[in-house]
Amino acid sequence: MSDQPLLNVRGVSKFYGSRIGCTDVSFDLWPGEVLAIVGESGSGKTTLLNCLATRLMPTTGCVQYRMRDGNLRDLYQMSDAERRFLMRTDWGFVHQNPADGLRMTVSAGANVGERLMAVGNRHYGNIRNTASDWLERVEIAQDRIDDQPRAFSGGMRQRLQIARNLVTSPRLVFMDEPTGGLDVSVQARLLDLVRGLVSDLGLAVIVVTHDLAVARLLSHRMMVMKGGRVIEQGLTDRVLDDPREPYTQLLVSSILQV
Amino acid sequence: MTTPLIVSDVSKSFTMHLRGGLRLPVVSNVSFSLAAGECVVLGGPSGIGKSSILKMLYGNYAVDTGQILVRNGEQIIDLASAEPRVVLQTRRDVLGYVSQFLRTVPRVSALDVVAEPLVARGTPVLEARERAEALLARLNLPKDLWQLPPATFSGGEQQRVNIARGFITDHRVLLLDEPTASLDAANRAIVVDMVRAKKDQGVALLGIFHDEEVREAVADRILDVSQFSPRRAAA
Amino acid sequence: MTALADYNFAYLDEQTKRMIRRAILKAIAIPGYQVPFASREMPMPYGWGTGGVQVTAAILGPHDVLKVIDQGADDTTNAVSIRAFFQKVADVAVTTKTSEATIIQTRHRIPEETLGENQVLVYQVPIPEPLRFLEPRETETRQMHALEEYGLMHVKLYEDIARHGRIATTYAYPVKVAGRYVMDPSPTPKFDNPKMNQSAALQLFGAGREKRIYAVPPYTDVVSLDFEDHPFEVQTFEKPCALCGARHVYLDEVVLDDKGGRMFVCSDTDYCETRREEGQRGEMLADMKEAAE
Repeated sequence: MSDQPLLNVRGVSKFYGSRIGCTDVSFDLWPGEVLAIVGESGSGKTTLLNCLATRLMPTTGCVQYRMRDGNLRDLYQMSDAERRFLMRTDWGFVHQNPADGLRMTVSAGANVGERLMAVGNRHYGNIRNTASDWLERVEIAQDRIDDQPRAFSGGMRQRLQIARNLVTSPRLVFMDEPTGGLDVSVQARLLDLVRGLVSDLGLAVIVVTHDLAVARLLSHRMMVMKGGRVIEQGLTDRVLDDPREPYTQLLVSSILQV
Repeated sequence: MTTPLIVSDVSKSFTMHLRGGLRLPVVSNVSFSLAAGECVVLGGPSGIGKSSILKMLYGNYAVDTGQILVRNGEQIIDLASAEPRVVLQTRRDVLGYVSQFLRTVPRVSALDVVAEPLVARGTPVLEARERAEALLARLNLPKDLWQLPPATFSGGEQQRVNIARGFITDHRVLLLDEPTASLDAANRAIVVDMVRAKKDQGVALLGIFHDEEVREAVADRILDVSQFSPRRAAA
Repeated sequence: MTALADYNFAYLDEQTKRMIRRAILKAIAIPGYQVPFASREMPMPYGWGTGGVQVTAAILGPHDVLKVIDQGADDTTNAVSIRAFFQKVADVAVTTKTSEATIIQTRHRIPEETLGENQVLVYQVPIPEPLRFLEPRETETRQMHALEEYGLMHVKLYEDIARHGRIATTYAYPVKVAGRYVMDPSPTPKFDNPKMNQSAALQLFGAGREKRIYAVPPYTDVVSLDFEDHPFEVQTFEKPCALCGARHVYLDEVVLDDKGGRMFVCSDTDYCETRREEGQRGEMLADMKEAAE
């Protein structure tokens, strides 16, 4: 583990008029660390994620990111060009609905290869080989490389979306309910895959989920949100085994036992 | 001789917000230390807070007051106040834990569950698997189970996977929460041997053993947890 | 003809021409960049070259000589109509000879004869946005141009190779202009792409329905996008032109009968005629001559 945080989040708030999206969120994220943001719908977790990923501009607050050269940069002060470059090289964003993160009308290979082409890779054979390797890593048969994601099942689409994001070896990946809308057995497979990739690649991940089992399995650390505020945070085991806030206790006690 | 673990003035209570903010004191003023090569067994009636103490030491439970000091290399870490990533680092490097129940992960084979702590510390996967195989063989886990995820195993089989996972590393401190509860006599004897071997290597162990025979065989001393009971402290 | 007095020279009013000229100047200053302009209603339907006609009207002077081609031919309905239009509203000289023209308005071809510094080529453009195929949002494509994010263009070429084993795009083949903007060269065959590079003539592009003008100034680099292992290539034809025997020109297929008989002839009719006037004979004419003898 590195001695310097990858992301410094300070006092991030987002208001929609007078309504609170999220307010006064501060934390540090370290390289290789997986942070789960949990809470029910409307708790502000997705608003926070979108602010961190610069898909939304917060009303106030500051987020600094440590670039590959080691320098900290204020995300909200960057130019569009720099930010977009960051987003397609050093970052990934996995949407809940794969159709939001994939190009549904181009082949799986091109979906994975797009980021490579975007950063200037101009050798078709190399791009295709890399795409093929990534399909294998996310357990998609390599003979599906020329099929469009429209022909894929929900679980395959989600795995393809993950491959598309990871092909440029990002250091930080945002995930918004990555297993939402999938069957339980498909969820388990995806979670296991993500878990393996995260530890193999040393990714830092911020994952938004309402599913505490997902948080338990994937994350090192978690933050519980309610009404736009972070009400409890800490080591994932600790928050789930010894929840302190009334709302967290309610959340944990609401899990169905099988 | 270094002292790998020092617990000082630790108190713990639960506040049950769902039951009108009911406050349940668990333990107070817990103070003790573990020497290297020593096996300390927590004693006292059930419900007195033995498991809670192990969970606090491992970081699963937060503490209200006090310090839990663990040496990691040159550093002394206070687990009671450390950041999550420092707790995880400490677990990876020096602090092992064999829980009563195995928390299974879908699709991960028993072998990889056991090998994982070594892989996390940078041991090559193949080497880690070899050592996992040796441990599982020693614990008599049938070989045809090794490649299966342990979710469907029997209690005793899961427990052996759990023990192998806890014992595979050379962690300086090992916490054992009834590791032999669901084992037969033969396997209990093997675990006793393994605990002794750890002691010989200078590992400090803290455990809960309800089985008297096992307790006698491994314990250097019994730490009576009832002395930390808040009811007694209040009296 | 007193009727002419009802029209301003070249149909458009002078204010409109100034507006279009400003757009053209900006387009020349930023090669390959699509400049929005206030496209006017023209007395012809969209898709018939309203963009090209407005550009031509804005740059046309009384002493210009105009040539209009459609798919290389001077004698198709579209070309004849536009030529007649400008004869009527501007009373300019017209020609079918490439070398005599000062302004050539074209739909989907570049003449075979190399153009000179005194000539302007005006393209009629249906869809000016090369990225639209994969990104339908105009706000997004504009940002991609602004930030030079052209990875998507290669995604299209990648798809071609994945599906057909080679880059199968044969017309409207995307190019990069002056090392900066990716541009749709209008639906010309990719055979013509190399002619755009370092051309001595000014090239102007007008899209009427989409209200965009863009330009390639003389002597500008125009590079067709490709992959290192699948370089850009133009079409080649097995046979020369059946009428004039020209090689290395773009040929059209002409079906002769319902028994599968066909021939390939120059798409550029003026080029073909000029060669025949010079006495060049292709296979078909040679046959006919023999047959006559």
